[in-house]
Amino acid sequence: MSPTAALQDVEVDYRGRGRALGPLSLTIEAGEIVALVGPSGCGKSTALRLLAGLEPATRGQVHRAVGRGETSVVFQAPTLAPWMSAAANVALPLELAGTPRLEARARAAEALVQVGLAEVGESRPAQLSGGMAMRASLARALVTRPRLLMLDEPFAALDEITRRTLADDVLHLWSETRPAIVFVTHNVEEAAYMASRIVVLTRGPGRIAGEVRVDAPLPRPPGFRAKPVFAEAAEAVSALLAAGSEAVA
Amino acid sequence: MNRVVDALAPAALILLLLAGWEVACRLTGVPAYFLPPPSKVMLAAASGLTVLVPAAWNTLSVALVALVLAAGAALALALLVGLSPLLERAVRPLASALQVTPVVAVAPLILIWVGIDHPERAVIALAVLVAFFPIFSGTVTGLRSADPDLERLFDLYGASRLQRVLRLRLPAAVPFLMEGLKVGAGLAIIGAVVAEFAAGSGGVRGLAWQILDAGNKLQTDRMIAALVVLAVMGVAVHAGLERLERTGLRWWRGR
Repeated sequence: MSPTAALQDVEVDYRGRGRALGPLSLTIEAGEIVALVGPSGCGKSTALRLLAGLEPATRGQVHRAVGRGETSVVFQAPTLAPWMSAAANVALPLELAGTPRLEARARAAEALVQVGLAEVGESRPAQLSGGMAMRASLARALVTRPRLLMLDEPFAALDEITRRTLADDVLHLWSETRPAIVFVTHNVEEAAYMASRIVVLTRGPGRIAGEVRVDAPLPRPPGFRAKPVFAEAAEAVSALLAAGSEAVA
Repeated sequence: MNRVVDALAPAALILLLLAGWEVACRLTGVPAYFLPPPSKVMLAAASGLTVLVPAAWNTLSVALVALVLAAGAALALALLVGLSPLLERAVRPLASALQVTPVVAVAPLILIWVGIDHPERAVIALAVLVAFFPIFSGTVTGLRSADPDLERLFDLYGASRLQRVLRLRLPAAVPFLMEGLKVGAGLAIIGAVVAEFAAGSGGVRGLAWQILDAGNKLQTDRMIAALVVLAVMGVAVHAGLERLERTGLRWWRGR
């Protein structure tokens, strides 16, 4: 099976800031969950935008086997339009693609049920809690049934209990349609819990410091955080992070 | 209890100042044409009410018509400019130049162009001129205020330019537009008054003309009465718009 998306020797330079990322090569296979971990400013979010096709690489090549409508992104903040109801926000990607309004609304309602927000479709984003807003954002990403789902530090602003619940929810949602997921985080435990493969980046401009595979079933069984395989993966990622920071410092 | 005191404080201050003014006038015996006591101003206001109220309405209606015209023009131009960065770069310097030119200085020219036969049109035109800019620049800023990640989302789903404007930029601009309308309304009243002064001939009988006319006749009490009506009108319009803005924002934000 051909990869869902791939970066090949890409580099990104920002005017006035110099090199932000690379050289970097990364392949995302269909249905796998990859975590991008690295220190702040290493270019993880830039790598994500390259994979999503939202930004061009300065050098190197970006391959994407998925069409525009088959990629979804969840940003750091919920990024919901405050003037629209939650349901309208979720229906937006479909309506932009020309899906008739009624059908879009029906599918949005389904997506809201999927993320456990059946009751709040008519609420405005300002009336939702942080966790609920993030769920609505997730529903908006899932409504198009993407083959590639990007999560850019999606739970960074939430409390620990909410992040853990959401991590399990994302894994369960993944198991239904099995899109490829790439998510950016600087939380080592979160990466070890959610990803089948963790790619560690060095301090900016980010290169690959190393890769850790987590050989355990997805979604995670209860009590996974107490298992040796989880602890070993987290340790390995931490070691790579430390090495990657030293390499440049 | 505290709330009552808070509400009464400004009224108490006004009463105190009026009392001081009244006493000072009586003690010093300053001539009424120079500074009439507040009691005389009140009498002038009461007896002139039948003139002052229509005059106030005259000025207010000019300002409101000007506000509607200015809002329409500003919104249309802002949308055009918002669609084309090149057009914006072309328009900006011209717009700022017009904005910083005092309306009093432009008034005589406008009066010649449109005011010879229809002085009331010239007054409206001048009020439009001053009300236009806050609405225009507010809308232009607002059109660019959308969350960059939401813009990326529209990129991601391949939104057309029209979809982007109608479904993202225009709704995102609403709070800025409301702020612009509030400022613009205040300026429209100022513009109308300044334009009436400039027109000066009595062709337009608003509050400013009342002040001018009373001044020519050295009826200082009538001047001050008209001034007070103008201030009350300004405060009322401002308070009304503030409330409208707050309601609008609550509707926009859903909370």
